[in-house]
Amino acid sequence: MSASTATNTVETEPMLAPHGRLGMWMFLASEVVVFGGLLASYIFARLRHSSWDEFASQTMTSIGCINTVLLLTSSLFIVLSHHWAERKDIKKSGKYMLWAILLGVLFLVFKGYEYQHEFAKGITPLTNLFWSYYFFITGLHALHIVIGLVINALTLREIRKGQNLQRVEVAGLYWHFVDVVWIFVFPLFYVAS
Amino acid sequence: MTSHQSNFWNYYIFSKDHKMIAKQYLITGLIMALLGGLMAYVFRMQLAFPGEAVPGFGDVDSGTYNQLITLHGTIMVFWVGMPILLGAFGNFLIPLMIGADDMAFPTLNMMSYWTFFVSTLVLLASFFVEGGPASSGWTAYPPLSARPEYSGVMWGMNLWILAVALEFFSVLMGGVNYLTTTFNMRTKGMKFSRMPMFVWMQLAATVNFMFSVGPLIAGALMLLLDRTIGTSFFVPDKGGDPLLYQHLFWFFGHPEVYVLLLPSLGIVAEIIPTFSRKPLFGYKMILISTAFSSVLAFMVWAHHQFISGMDPRMAMPFGLLTIIISVPFAVVLFAYIATLWKGSITFTTPFLFAIAMIAEFLIGGVTGIINGAAAADIYVHDTYYVVSHFHFTLVPITIFGMLAGVYYWFPKFFGRMMNETLGKIHFWITAITFNVIFIPLLQMGMGGHQRRIPDPTEFEYLKGMMGMHKTATIALIILLIAQAFFIFNFFYSMYKGKKAEANPWKSTTLEWDAPSPPVAHGNFEVIPKVYRGPYEYSVPGCKQDWSPQSAETVN
Ligand SMILES: [Cu+2]
Repeated sequence: MSASTATNTVETEPMLAPHGRLGMWMFLASEVVVFGGLLASYIFARLRHSSWDEFASQTMTSIGCINTVLLLTSSLFIVLSHHWAERKDIKKSGKYMLWAILLGVLFLVFKGYEYQHEFAKGITPLTNLFWSYYFFITGLHALHIVIGLVINALTLREIRKGQNLQRVEVAGLYWHFVDVVWIFVFPLFYVAS
Repeated sequence: MTSHQSNFWNYYIFSKDHKMIAKQYLITGLIMALLGGLMAYVFRMQLAFPGEAVPGFGDVDSGTYNQLITLHGTIMVFWVGMPILLGAFGNFLIPLMIGADDMAFPTLNMMSYWTFFVSTLVLLASFFVEGGPASSGWTAYPPLSARPEYSGVMWGMNLWILAVALEFFSVLMGGVNYLTTTFNMRTKGMKFSRMPMFVWMQLAATVNFMFSVGPLIAGALMLLLDRTIGTSFFVPDKGGDPLLYQHLFWFFGHPEVYVLLLPSLGIVAEIIPTFSRKPLFGYKMILISTAFSSVLAFMVWAHHQFISGMDPRMAMPFGLLTIIISVPFAVVLFAYIATLWKGSITFTTPFLFAIAMIAEFLIGGVTGIINGAAAADIYVHDTYYVVSHFHFTLVPITIFGMLAGVYYWFPKFFGRMMNETLGKIHFWITAITFNVIFIPLLQMGMGGHQRRIPDPTEFEYLKGMMGMHKTATIALIILLIAQAFFIFNFFYSMYKGKKAEANPWKSTTLEWDAPSPPVAHGNFEVIPKVYRGPYEYSVPGCKQDWSPQSAETVN
């Protein structure tokens, strides 16, 4: 995003927020609607099928809990990374970003183990509509985790070079969003039964 | 910033300049419009002369017919309306009108176009795969679309979903850019209250898009899974719900009409004051109405589904809200008409297209009231009445609005004027034939002619309507031929037209401060400052009948 250099030279009306932050908020606003529509579809379907309570009780609540903790901690680390990036402490900022990434990877490892466990029991996305929703929504969320990890890794590279430190905040926004989505997914599939 | 854009690839192809990206969108969109128009020619010929080979195409069987109408709708909405009204005009005019040197994220802007371009290729590729392109209608309702064996189309439909998803993603990237640019890069003095209506309308359209498209993106992915790995989100055999898709689709589909309508109303809002030399009537009222209708836009979607099998009790609130939503748009249209009142009007081509947009869209709006009231809608649902109604809204919006904009801003785009005589011939033929096509369709729908019937002569009660089918088809052919006047005018004027001055229409907004065409880097020789509102025409006490936004004092 090379535009910031150009705007400094031109006198403008007051900005709402830095370009990157504003742009990310806009993007996330539309992402909210993606998951909003999806979760609403799932909730309506769930309300119509009382039999789904039984399927929901078969999801691995323990792993879901661990993953929730992992993501929350990871979000905390990215906050710390941003905190130190603002104070231009590249070392500490980079360290916390690395931890945020590692916990994200760990989340995927647990999620993968969970899928494998379910496949072993013969549960697939084709088993029934509940499992279709389960695999699709958690899968789409996992995809967002992967994208977030890529963004975080690219940001870590910038931190180590000591440039574009404002991107830590933007990456953090995305990472928090992915975290928040999980906060909604977790009770809907793992707890409610 | 890129250091220099002297070589061909950087300048014409992978350009990050909003003006070049706008031109890329414009040209791609116009080519797709031609393609969409030719498809209409083929299936209208089939309807008027069923069973006869269509000149230039050949025989149309019912499968081909379904593919043609599907792709016609898809192309006209997603590959003509959106890229031209948002991609071309939004990209070109937002920075110019707010006095910015480019978009907030030039690289993202380039990626947005190229994502769109790839989506176009994917859509076109679907014509050449085995089984041909999608055939489930532009709405792609399941279960027809959810299982390949139902329609006989496998990869064509999958590519269709992929292409639409890519196109949405491209518009999303553009939208992030439009909003950030408008919020952050307005030149000194360009307060929100001084922003041209066009920019407001782009803003509102983008917001409408961003808050409505999400559920459909999810729905499209679910549809793709149903088709490929065999899940049953939308197929009833394992508990899926076809109606859910309709909800996801129309939750987006209704705001989508405003995604197209608002930019078009924005174009008209710039043109009418210029050629009536009067301020836009009711600037604030138009803004309030737009905001009001943008909120309501998310609460009316089920008026498309009155006979879909949804809970009939839902018809009442959705019908009521639909009737209410016509009020703010009536306010906007009346504000435009009031702008004309006692103006000193020049009937230029862009002006003619602009008022035609209002007049024809009015017919679209009025015919829509019947569709909005559940009891009346049940009678005309799925007939040519509906087809005609939405063409009376979408043709004025996309085609008339776009043409008004092209004729008006052509000098700014390309630095030369378009030919007025050719423009007027083009206008009159287009406007008249358009009505000759769609008024018979209204009547046929009232007469009970269902749509999506490839051969009307198969039904005894439709035989009496073949005369109207023929009238509409002949009018369409004349309309398509008349576009040659536009195409010739467009390319001839690009190279040989009269050189345009910076402000050929004596208009007030900032884009006319930039040279025609604008400076390659940074648009303006000096970024202007803004001292007044956007529509100060014929200010009492001023000799000059327009007061540019950038002028500190006007005599
Ligand atoms: Cu609607």
